[in-house]
Amino acid sequence: MKKVSKAAIVFLAVVTVLNYLPILLTVVYSFNKSKLSSMWEGFSLDWYRMLLRDGDIKKALLNSIILAFSACVLALIIGVSAALAMRGKKLFFDDFISNFASLPIMIPEIILGMVFMAIFSYMNLPFGFVTMTIAHASFCVPYVFLIVRARLMGMDSSLEEAARDLGASELETFRDVTLPYILPGIASGLLLSFAMSFDDVVISIFTTGPSVNTLAVKIYTKMKTGITPEINALATVILVITVLIIFISEKTRKD
Amino acid sequence: MKNKKIKEYLLRIPIYTFTIIFVVLPLVYMVIISFLTKAKTWGFDPAFTPDNYKKVFEPFYLNIFLESIKLAVVSTVLVILIGYPFGYFMGRLDTKWKRRMMMLLMIPFWTSGLIRLNGWIIIFRSNGVLDKLLMFFGITKSPLKLLYTYPAVLVGMVYFLLPFMILSVYSSVEKMDWGLIEAARDLGAGKIEAFLTVTLRLTMPGLLSGVVLTFVPSMGLFYISDILGGNKIVLIGSVIVEQLTKLRNIPFAAALSVILMLLTTLFLRVYKRISGTGELEGLF
Repeated sequence: MKKVSKAAIVFLAVVTVLNYLPILLTVVYSFNKSKLSSMWEGFSLDWYRMLLRDGDIKKALLNSIILAFSACVLALIIGVSAALAMRGKKLFFDDFISNFASLPIMIPEIILGMVFMAIFSYMNLPFGFVTMTIAHASFCVPYVFLIVRARLMGMDSSLEEAARDLGASELETFRDVTLPYILPGIASGLLLSFAMSFDDVVISIFTTGPSVNTLAVKIYTKMKTGITPEINALATVILVITVLIIFISEKTRKD
Repeated sequence: MKNKKIKEYLLRIPIYTFTIIFVVLPLVYMVIISFLTKAKTWGFDPAFTPDNYKKVFEPFYLNIFLESIKLAVVSTVLVILIGYPFGYFMGRLDTKWKRRMMMLLMIPFWTSGLIRLNGWIIIFRSNGVLDKLLMFFGITKSPLKLLYTYPAVLVGMVYFLLPFMILSVYSSVEKMDWGLIEAARDLGAGKIEAFLTVTLRLTMPGLLSGVVLTFVPSMGLFYISDILGGNKIVLIGSVIVEQLTKLRNIPFAAALSVILMLLTTLFLRVYKRISGTGELEGLF
């Protein structure tokens, strides 16, 4: 019934290939022997060896993971409790608060970065892990909040009423009825939050302290000074991990 | 029942506290500093002045604002031209291929933007992949040196933002009732007429939210122009960074951010007006 023309298929294919071209080139060049890397001079694993020895990168990776994890925990608490609270009768300030809470993902990141830098120095908070966690949480909260809220809106409240009528306590109702229902929403909100935090450069640059470096910031600084083959190797590693995570989440979703 | 009420208040505490302290107050603070005077060394003096805003409207900075808007508009238009048909055709594929395409889209979508930009450096760099190809086929004689030029930045922006448009268009194409188009065709509408009056209208929410997801970030994305444009293409984002980190002029950086913020809110207002909702299609 719905027919897809040949031209449409060609278009889809061409755009997809172009979409992948830069990624594939990065992978290919990560195995390039040449240091100048514009020319192919044969296969080598040198850059991966260099990567393994680079302690700074390992530290930055660990920082990124801890940071993304802490921001996600904050976002989980704030976002889910808010979504649960605001499904019932609305309070006067609810709209105001939810509009402002979702603002961080609506405005250009640079504004958030500038704002946090200014307010943290005003509050005399030492720049580092704490400031970064707060800043990252600010854009993770909306993802969790909005996705879980949307999920709750689609939920039939008679399910919970039925559980209560059948004698379940409030806590049991939440554990056995509400939570399982919103769990997919929580999961996708957290996944999105983690990825956004892990990738973030702009807000990190403004809120980082002298001792904390995240992987994304490290890659950004290296890329600005010109490409090193080591970055290609690092990019390839991250890419492989990303693909694995997508495959695993696809697999688990099917089951 | 009373118990339930208390619970609902308690559940609101985290988001109320967090949002007021770390979103509302910082924004108010930004507006306040934008009216203060820069101190000689670092920080600012509490003396009210409208000078920062006067400075924003000096031709030099006004020009940068216009350049940034222009780049955002051009990127958004290109993203629509590629992303809309992509999302639309994707929605017409059969279920098996839809799933496959979705997977193919998800990998770049979840991959860090920086890492994806890295590949374009390899392509654009002088004597890089593109130069080699063009010279091999005899199209150009010497390297084009595309890295650190406007086209390179534009390609980077479009590449970076395209997935958002595709996903939001696709999600509204998915919801569309194809029977309506058939009905229009049966009633004598031509292919183009049916597209314009039915398909386009039904997929408008997706298209519009795609535009928001493309245009808003592109106003402030400074690191694409930093990496692919060198220091040759100056956008408003880069100016704010420079004022903050190098020149230490926080009040002026705040004024620039306030104007950028106003532009963004204006844009979001228009979006709300047209779409009739503040929600973004495809994401939530």
